[in-house]
Amino acid sequence: MKTGRTWWRPDGFLVYAVAYLVFIYLPVLFLPLFSFNNSKYIAFPLKGFTLKWYQQMLNSPSMLEALMNSIKVGLIVALLSTILGLMAAKAVTRYRLPGRGPVISFIMVPLVIPEIILAISLLILISQADIPLSLWTVGFSHLLLCTPFAMLVLVSRMEGFDRSLEEAALDLGENSWMTFWRVTFPIVLPGIVASMLLTFTISFDEFVLAFFLTSTDATLPIYIWSSLRFPTKIPAVLALGASIFVISFFVVSFAEWLRRRGVKMEATSRI
Amino acid sequence: MGEAIILFSDISKHFGQVIAVANTNFEIYRGEFFSLLGPSGCGKTTLLRMVAGFEAPTTGEIFIDGQPMSATPPNHRPVNIVFQNYAIFPHLDVRGNIAFGMRKSGLSRAELDQRIDEVLELIKLPGYGSRGADELSGGQRQRVALARALIKQPKVLLLDEPLGALDKKLREQMQIELRQLQQQLGITFLFVTHDQEEALTLSDRIAVMSDGHVMEIASPAELYESPGSRFVADFIGSMNFFEGEVSCRETSTVRVTTRVLGEIEVPLTTASPTTGERVWVAIRPEKLQPVFSEPQSRTNTVVGQMGPSAYLGDRSHFYVHLTQREEPVLVALQNLERSLDHLRRPNQPVWLQWADDAVVLLPRD
Repeated sequence: MKTGRTWWRPDGFLVYAVAYLVFIYLPVLFLPLFSFNNSKYIAFPLKGFTLKWYQQMLNSPSMLEALMNSIKVGLIVALLSTILGLMAAKAVTRYRLPGRGPVISFIMVPLVIPEIILAISLLILISQADIPLSLWTVGFSHLLLCTPFAMLVLVSRMEGFDRSLEEAALDLGENSWMTFWRVTFPIVLPGIVASMLLTFTISFDEFVLAFFLTSTDATLPIYIWSSLRFPTKIPAVLALGASIFVISFFVVSFAEWLRRRGVKMEATSRI
Repeated sequence: MGEAIILFSDISKHFGQVIAVANTNFEIYRGEFFSLLGPSGCGKTTLLRMVAGFEAPTTGEIFIDGQPMSATPPNHRPVNIVFQNYAIFPHLDVRGNIAFGMRKSGLSRAELDQRIDEVLELIKLPGYGSRGADELSGGQRQRVALARALIKQPKVLLLDEPLGALDKKLREQMQIELRQLQQQLGITFLFVTHDQEEALTLSDRIAVMSDGHVMEIASPAELYESPGSRFVADFIGSMNFFEGEVSCRETSTVRVTTRVLGEIEVPLTTASPTTGERVWVAIRPEKLQPVFSEPQSRTNTVVGQMGPSAYLGDRSHFYVHLTQREEPVLVALQNLERSLDHLRRPNQPVWLQWADDAVVLLPRD
């Protein structure tokens, strides 16, 4: 049974894999590294361990406000775009719609329009309509951006879904509303969670639309961008970045766990 | 035989230009095990789905227990279905699956638990209530799908090729259990299958379907022993066909002239053709008796040469080449002896004999 290749012998693929991981993670690791560095200059050699940047982060009301703004916008956008995506996905996968192909491509267009173009056109539209710029306009533009992503995630989830499960629920006496809540929703739930995480992340780190469409309320990316002009603020930004990185790690692991559970469930529903 | 529980009245179903079910009228009796048998694409599943309410008929009306169903959605029909892939809810355990349809039953928690235990007993899975859907084998999933439908006490249980995914041994075992279950509960079963052996084993009556048409409805023995058309005779089991023409009808027999078999006599029945009618003379392979040395009697006898043979364990099939006919005749023989030497004599003469009533006459045009 021996194939003659043992796992510790370095071969091309192993070298490539290590190089790839280093390329991806090395820059990211600078973030926590310098966030604990006792110096306001981002440069080697390191000057010693400190937690003061984290303290400064907690004591910076404008940074925390920007963080809260981004979380608020992100949550609302994640929820709404996932609901819209779910309805669209159900329509596209469950009904024989006339012009289904064109409709899908039309919904997907924001994926391929450069964000800056989208931002400018929205800005023109919103100022023409005399709507004041605010977090609401940012949220609206993010909704536009995120809905196609939500739909993509959920369509693939719905397509892998055995239709006879819904028919079985109908057959067992439930109407279509209860069928959705008792069968479709729990089975699609991993997809819904994945969609919410994805759309939240997109909204959370989106810069261009937020930059064009907000007034005085900064979202986090805009706050970070404006902080770059003040070197003293940068270490606290690094501390925030490192915190977000750690939190994201756990959130993504949780999402992956959910996804695998979903795949397992899907496999069993097909005999 | 009995009163109708399902009545198909002028039912047809078109999908665009495609006619899935052509104008269909028949009834299924209360307490009957009724099968829809036909090749894939013959419309049998469409017919079943119209009974369940998943497809609306293009024309006509389906009556279940006397009630017209066209305005009744699937969730209000007194029927339940077992799907081909079972459609076990993957997010629920066995108990959750079986209890799914009982939300509005008005039973208390304890009563429901007791009912579920009874049903689990019925399908021979006691103690499996807390198993997850992914912890069940194919046969067990099938039983859970049955239990989930049966606990609703439907007037008709619909089964869409439920045994297709099981291996042969398990399938045979489930056939026996399904039949027992049906007799025990007295519920009408409407069973869809493409497997003729399964239909013959299980059913009280079978509707043979082809291209959206119901070709014939009869009991398994009638379908096999006295089919009404060449299609049905050919579809169910194997059949040898010979061209013939009725030369005369006598008091108890019909004389048929054939090119290959000579003139033969067939017992007269009410369905016998009239003089001069062109017919197919049809004989089942197992009703041809091979004789390997020249027989005394020459009535109902034809001589030919041994052709290729196939060993099937309990029986053997072999072909016999007749002089007057290009297509060889198929003969089936029980392997009563362990020696099969008599089959391995290529090109040796063999005489085939048959009883008078072995022959079926079918219309030919």
